[in-house]
Amino acid sequence: MKYINHESVASNTRTRLVKNTVLKGLFLAATLFGLIVLGILLYRVITQGSGYLSLDFFTSFASRIPEQAGIKSAILGSIYLMLVVAPVSMFLGIGTALYLEEYAKKNKWTEFIRINISNLAGVPSVVFGLLGLTIFVRYFGLGISILAAGLTMSLLILPVIIVASQEAVRAVPKEMREASYAMGATKWQTILRVVLPASIPGILTGSILALSRAIGETAPLVVIGIPTILMFTPDSVFSTFTALPMQIFDWTKRPQVEFHEVAAAGIIVLMTLLIIMNSIAVFIRNKYQKRY
Amino acid sequence: MITVKPEVQVPEKKLTQKNNKPSVYKTNQLNLWYGNNHALKNIDLDVKENEVTAIIGPSGCGKSTYIKTLNRMTETIPSVKTSGEIMYRGRNIFSKDYQVEELRTKVGMVFQKPNPFPKSIYDNIAYGPRIHGIKNKKILDQIVEKSLRGAAIWDEVKDRLNENAYGLSGGQQQRICIARCLAIEPDVILMDEPTSALDPISTLKVEELVQELKKEYSIIIVTHNMQQAARISDKTAFFLNGEVIEYDATDKIFSNPADKRTEDYISGRFG
Amino acid sequence: MLLISLCLWIKEDFTVSMKEPNTTLSVQELIAQKSNRGLLSAIEKIIPKLLLAIAAVSVLTTIGIMVTLIVETLVFFSRVSVLDYIFGTEWYPFANSTATYGVLPLIIGTLKITGIAIIVAVPIGIATAIYLSEYASERARKMIKPVLEVLAGVPTIVYGFFALTFVTPILRSIFPEVSIFNAISPGIVVGIMIIPMIASLSEDAMNSVPNSMREGAYALGSTKLEVALKIVLPAATSGIVASTVLAISRAIGETMIVAVAAGSTPRFDMDVTGSIQTMTAYIVQVATGDAGYGTTIYYSIYAVGFTLFLFTLVMNMLAQFISKRFREEY
Repeated sequence: MKYINHESVASNTRTRLVKNTVLKGLFLAATLFGLIVLGILLYRVITQGSGYLSLDFFTSFASRIPEQAGIKSAILGSIYLMLVVAPVSMFLGIGTALYLEEYAKKNKWTEFIRINISNLAGVPSVVFGLLGLTIFVRYFGLGISILAAGLTMSLLILPVIIVASQEAVRAVPKEMREASYAMGATKWQTILRVVLPASIPGILTGSILALSRAIGETAPLVVIGIPTILMFTPDSVFSTFTALPMQIFDWTKRPQVEFHEVAAAGIIVLMTLLIIMNSIAVFIRNKYQKRY
Repeated sequence: MITVKPEVQVPEKKLTQKNNKPSVYKTNQLNLWYGNNHALKNIDLDVKENEVTAIIGPSGCGKSTYIKTLNRMTETIPSVKTSGEIMYRGRNIFSKDYQVEELRTKVGMVFQKPNPFPKSIYDNIAYGPRIHGIKNKKILDQIVEKSLRGAAIWDEVKDRLNENAYGLSGGQQQRICIARCLAIEPDVILMDEPTSALDPISTLKVEELVQELKKEYSIIIVTHNMQQAARISDKTAFFLNGEVIEYDATDKIFSNPADKRTEDYISGRFG
Repeated sequence: MLLISLCLWIKEDFTVSMKEPNTTLSVQELIAQKSNRGLLSAIEKIIPKLLLAIAAVSVLTTIGIMVTLIVETLVFFSRVSVLDYIFGTEWYPFANSTATYGVLPLIIGTLKITGIAIIVAVPIGIATAIYLSEYASERARKMIKPVLEVLAGVPTIVYGFFALTFVTPILRSIFPEVSIFNAISPGIVVGIMIIPMIASLSEDAMNSVPNSMREGAYALGSTKLEVALKIVLPAATSGIVASTVLAISRAIGETMIVAVAAGSTPRFDMDVTGSIQTMTAYIVQVATGDAGYGTTIYYSIYAVGFTLFLFTLVMNMLAQFISKRFREEY
C-alpha cells in the first residue's frame, strides 16, 4: 500500500517553493533593516551636524550659545581618559588572561574566576558608575577626576580584554612553546619571549575594540558626576574633566533644536574616532592574522 | 603508477547478458567540475530497475560525487558546474522545470555517517511525509511503523519511538536513516558508503537489509569495500580518476574483468 | 611597573652576553657564566603569584560592586521600609515631606522598554541569523557581518539622540497622542541596539548545527525554508534562547537611550505613549540632579542599582545555564 502520492507531491512542491521564496525575502528584509537603520542614523547625524563642524568647534569650550559651543575640553578629556584606561585595563586584562591560560590549574577557584568574569561582562555600565562613585570618588578620595573615571572605565571593559587576550594566547601553537622549553627557557621566559609576541596582534585588536567601547560609554561618567560645562582643560589625572559622550548627552537633553545640531556635530567627531579605532583594529587583525 | 588511456571504451556495449528491465537512471556524457577540478569525465551509465548497482573505486575517483549528482545534492556546493544529462525515468534532472525538491522526493539517500535529526525517532521518520503535506496522525503512525519495519528496526525501537534518535547506537541510527528515507516511498535509494562508519555486525545487518529492499526499490550503492560490492550487488561500475573504467554484471567484474586497471584494483594492487 | 622592570632586567642580562666578544669561551660556557639560575627561579616563583593577584582584581570588582550596593542599600532600608520599597506602587522621592519609595513603577518602566525591545529585536535578529546562516552566499555574509558589528558598536548615547530626534518625531506624526518622552521610541531603539547581539549569537548556534543534518533533510526533498525552520532552528534552540536572554539583560541595563528619550515620570500603568521612567533613568536623574550626599534620595540610587543588578545577574546566570545545560551534542 502506498501512502505518498507522488502526483500531489509535485503540485505541493510549487506552493512550498513559493513559501520559501516569500520567507527568504522577509529574512533578507530583516537583514537589511539593520543596514538601513545604520544608514539613516549616519545620514541624519551628518546632515544635522556638519553645519557646526569647523575648526572653532574643536578649539572652543562649551557655551550657552549654540554657535559658540565647542568640544575642546570634552575631546581632551576623552583622550586623557583613554590614556588612563588603556594601560590600566590592558595590564590587568593581559595579566589575568596569562594567569588563566598559562598558570591556573583546573580547579574550583579558576572556574570561579572564569564565571565571575562572564558575569562581570553582563553588569550594566550604570552599576559600574555606582561602584566608581562609591569606591574611587569617595572612598579613595580621588574626587571627580580623570583617574577615578579612568579606573571605573578600566574595570568596565576588563572582561572584554580578558576574553580577547585569552583567545589570542590560546591560539599560540603548543609547538612554539615546546621549542622554547627545549632550549632551556623557563616558563616566564617562554611566555614573555614567545607567547606574548605571538599573541600581541590578537590582544591589541581586542583591546582597541574594548577601548572604542569605553570612549563612547556615557552612563558611568554621568553617575560619577563629571561636569558638562568646563571652561578649562585638565592638567593632571587628578583634575576634573568632561568627556565627549557626556557633552553630547548634555546637548541632546536641551530643548533647543540648535543644540541638537551641536550634539550631532559632537556625534560626528565621536563616530569618526570610533571608526578610526575600529579600522586600526581591523588593520592589525588582517595584517598579522594566521602567521603561524 | 597508473596510466590512464585517453580513449576509454564505452562500457555499455560490453554488457553481454540481455537485460529487459526498464532503466531508472540513464547518464549520458556527464561532466562535473569543482571550480577547475574536472571531477567527473564523460560518464555514461545505465541503471536498471530493482537491481543493486554498486559503484567502486579508490578514494577520490568521483564515485561519491557521482551518486550525489543523481539527486543533485552537489548543487549545495557553490563552485560546482556540470554538463551532459542524467535521465531519470526519461526526464532530464538538469532541465529547468525539474524542481529539485520533487526529484529528491522520488530518490532517497542514505549518507556515509548516520545523520538522524536531533528529534525523536518518530519525528525523524515522520519528517519527510510531514513536509510533503501528510498531517493525519493515523496515517503518519502507519507510515512510521511500515518504514521502521522496512528498515528492520521496528522491534528494537517500537517501545521508545518518542526518545531522541541520538540515544541509539551507530548501526541503529543508520537504519533509522534508512527508515526515514523509506518513509517518503522513494523509487530509488542512493547509498553513499552507508556502512563505512559501522561495526561489522551492524554492517551485516545493513547488507541484509539491502538484499531485502531491492525487491521493491532500485538501489545504487557507493562502497570502497569490494567484498561488500561482490556480496550485495547485481551490477558493478568501477570508477577511476573521474571516469567509468568498466561497468558490468558483478560476477563478471569480479571473476573476469575486461580492463587491466579493474583487475589491478580488484586484486588489491592499488587503491 | 614591577612586571616591566623585571622584563627589562632579563632583557639586559641577555643582550650583554651577546655584545661581549669572547672568543675563548664556548656558548655553553658563556651561558653558564652569564645565567643566573637563582634570579630566574625567583622570578618563576613570583610571577604566578603576581598574575594571580592581577586575576583577583576581577573578583575584587565583583565583590566591590556587591559590597557597595549592599552597604548603601542597607542605609537606605534603615530609612525606608523594605516592604514599601518592593511592593510600593508610588515613586515620589522628590516630594519633600511625603516622599514615597515604591519601586514597582520603575520596574514596570524597565519592563515596558525591555518588552518593546524584545518584540522588535527577536524576530528581526532571528530572521537575520537565518538569512546569514542558511540563505546568504559567502560573499554576502562577508559584507553584512561587519555592518552588524558596526551597529553593535554605536555608542548608546548616539542611539539615544537617534530615538529622540528621529524615531519620536516620526511616531508623533503618525500617532499624535504620543508625547515627546515615551516608552515606544526608546523601546524600539533599544531593540535595534540588541539586534546584532541576537543575530550574531543565534547565527553562531545555527552554524554549529552540522551540515550532515541539512543534507539529510535536503535529500528528503525539503526546501531551504523547511530545513531552516524544522531542522536548524529546533537544533539551535538553546543557543537562540540563551542569546535572547542575554539581550534581555542588556535591554534591562540600558541607560542612555532611556535617559534621553523615555522621560522621568515613574508610573504604575501600562501606558507606553507617555513619559515613563526606568530604573536606570532614575539613577541618571539623581546623578545629574542636586541631591546631596547622605540624603535618602542619594541612597535610593543604590537600592535601585542593586535591584537592577539582581535582575541582570539572574538573566546572565539563566543564559549561562541554558547554553550549558542544553548544549546540543551531535
